[in-house]
Amino acid sequence: MAAKKKKTIRTIPQQRTAAREQEAAARVKNFAEVTFAYDAKAALVESERCLMCPDQPCVRGCPVGIDIPRFIDAIAQKNLRAAYDVIAETNLLPAVCGRVCPQETQCEGVCTVGDTLEPVAIGRLERYVGDNAIENGWVNNPYIEPNGMRVGIVGSGPAGMACAADLAKAGCEVTVFEAFHQPGGVLRYGIPDFRLPNAVIDAEIDNLRKIGVRFECNTLVGRLFTIAQMRDEMGFDAVFIGTGAGYPSMLGIPGDSLNGVLSANELLTRCNLMRAKDFPNVDTPMPLGRRVAVIGAGNTAMDAMRVCLRLGAEKVTCVYRRSRTEAPARVEEVHHAEEEGVEFHWLTAPVAVLDDGQGGVRGMRCVRMELGEPDSSGRRRPVPVPGSEFDFDCDQVVYAIGTNANPIIGQTAKLKLDKRGYIATDDDFATSMAGVYAGGDIVTGAATVIEAMGAGRRAARSIKAYLGLGATLPGASPQALFGIPPGERNYVRVRIA
Amino acid sequence: MSAAQLSDFEIVAREDLSPATFLLEVRHPMMAKAARAGQFVIVMSHAEGERIPLTIADFDRARGTVTLVIQAVGKTTREMQQSCTVGGTLYGLVGPMGVPSPIGQARKVVCVGGGLGVAPIFPQARGFKEAGAYVIAVLGFRSKDLVFWEDKFRACCDELILCTDDGSAGIKGLVTEGIRQAIEKHPDIDEVVAIGPPVMMKGCAEATRPHGIRTIVSLNPIMVDGTGMCGGCRVKIGDEVKFACVDGPDFDGHLVDFDDLMTRLRRYRSEEQAALERWSEQCRLMAAADQKEQPAPAQAKR
Repeated sequence: MAAKKKKTIRTIPQQRTAAREQEAAARVKNFAEVTFAYDAKAALVESERCLMCPDQPCVRGCPVGIDIPRFIDAIAQKNLRAAYDVIAETNLLPAVCGRVCPQETQCEGVCTVGDTLEPVAIGRLERYVGDNAIENGWVNNPYIEPNGMRVGIVGSGPAGMACAADLAKAGCEVTVFEAFHQPGGVLRYGIPDFRLPNAVIDAEIDNLRKIGVRFECNTLVGRLFTIAQMRDEMGFDAVFIGTGAGYPSMLGIPGDSLNGVLSANELLTRCNLMRAKDFPNVDTPMPLGRRVAVIGAGNTAMDAMRVCLRLGAEKVTCVYRRSRTEAPARVEEVHHAEEEGVEFHWLTAPVAVLDDGQGGVRGMRCVRMELGEPDSSGRRRPVPVPGSEFDFDCDQVVYAIGTNANPIIGQTAKLKLDKRGYIATDDDFATSMAGVYAGGDIVTGAATVIEAMGAGRRAARSIKAYLGLGATLPGASPQALFGIPPGERNYVRVRIA
Repeated sequence: MSAAQLSDFEIVAREDLSPATFLLEVRHPMMAKAARAGQFVIVMSHAEGERIPLTIADFDRARGTVTLVIQAVGKTTREMQQSCTVGGTLYGLVGPMGVPSPIGQARKVVCVGGGLGVAPIFPQARGFKEAGAYVIAVLGFRSKDLVFWEDKFRACCDELILCTDDGSAGIKGLVTEGIRQAIEKHPDIDEVVAIGPPVMMKGCAEATRPHGIRTIVSLNPIMVDGTGMCGGCRVKIGDEVKFACVDGPDFDGHLVDFDDLMTRLRRYRSEEQAALERWSEQCRLMAAADQKEQPAPAQAKR
């Protein structure tokens, strides 16, 4: 291969390559994906923007340490299969992560190009590779030598899927238990089709099945059988708990229990998992609001607002007590919600949901806020502006203000919990029960898909060490996020399919 | 114990208890082993169906089955009344859910079941009897021809007070009348457990409140997942908000805000009505088409 010309910040394409999107006016009438994938030409142009800098801050910015420059280089050389192989070394769900990771605070947030220009669109490139892999049926089926160990995984969301993948590749017999009738966890019930189509989740689950992972749905662990029974009676040599947080917070203001007030979890589960948007062709009804107020400004809030618009709401209002800068949602999601016509009330806190006299909602009472001194989270604390209360009309209120620890595992297992009811673990994700590990939202509280996957993968390493499967835990390397050194392969040998 | 088959659950027996009430016995050995009195399941009859919560009416560990009693009132339950036959399957069945009823020290208890609540009160009555308590069952039905499981209750209870609205069987009156009689005869009742429609449980709680008798009710609000994730089943218990699926379904009847529960149960009434009408119309059209095409006895359609 000829020596490449040295790229500099001046020689690369200056503009970040735009991804085509459905027009806002059209997309609020359907559930099809908003952002289209790059085509081959766009991906090639964008891949040219990577400087291949020796410092590689992006790799450290990725919770699972994908070798980003190497996969981008493969795209630039028009070898998509090689690009997929690079990503698959560390991330089993590129089509998912390319869509739902908050890249602006991870890889793209620290990109060298981003110091001067717009950062390289790493997320879009990752999705481009992931979608191509699904389309072409590429899977890196490792050569697996069964080791006779059985591992049970509780919860089929991102933490459980990542943990299952690594343990299956290491030769363990892995069974994943899911309480719902379909696997996927929050990817299935929480994230709407227009951000993450079901076909993508199905493809990723199929890939896990191909490496021998078994999924058992309709199984509420804790109640059907306990964690202790899994270990002591059902023959699992180790257990991983990745059940997610998922006990929605209510505000505790007057009107909380009115019909027409619901959690974002309920709205999204009805719409996404139960397909209630097709009611009455499916049996689950969908609560339809004409004027909807959504409380909160995280990704879940953005999803809820955009779902309501697609279900035909005339007006959707976002109520958030801090300012736009503090909103926890991905920048792209806020931007999309704005384009689609969501009205944002920043620095506004709910005071009461107003009763229509028949058990329903007629409006909301809110108060304006201003930012005061920084609080314990380092963000400026919002304080009410005296006398600024105001009412507005709405007939549905959706709470997207976060979740608390789900109590089922705590009720049914003698596991040490922390003060807030989440499962307490040590640095190796081990719980207070021998052989039982936990990770993801049920340990940390609500976080992101990729962080849960990182936890699942690191817990898998601990489980391998516990089962004596060779992998010894190195001391925390300063470079390694989630304890996984950048570029580490998570399988033994690859048989190219 | 190993992981059993966890989808397509086989219906091994069915019994029609009245024109609108039917019983399904479903094979699920793991659940039969795990189930305790007071717990519930969520059923999906087919892949496009809704998830409906049903209190476990019985479980048989030897046969490896759980028993559900269903009242055909809406689209889903009427469709199940037609489609659920022996040898058929349920698409989804998950549980046992909820905190089991604490069957503890009570020495003398009244177990009250009204209408559909008669079925789920049965495991509680049996549980109390097995724990050595003196058990008085108070069962309420609209009329004599709707009465079911009288023999099952007689076999495990010390006394049975049957109440019908029209007096065609047992005493004439509501279950609250039965409770009044029980309290009159037994001043030493430790606990009343009541399962039935919210308005009935409210009446039971009011009947025992002046006597200060601990009264437990089992709430059945609208749910989606049944695992604490959606919050649709939130209920007001005293000053607190609880999720019936994971904090209940049993609560102190003297603290439950029944009016709030009844309002919340009406949330999807217009959608439920529309779905039922649409389905009934489809059934009529299908029946008409069948008659046209085929004068012979109609085949079961699925």
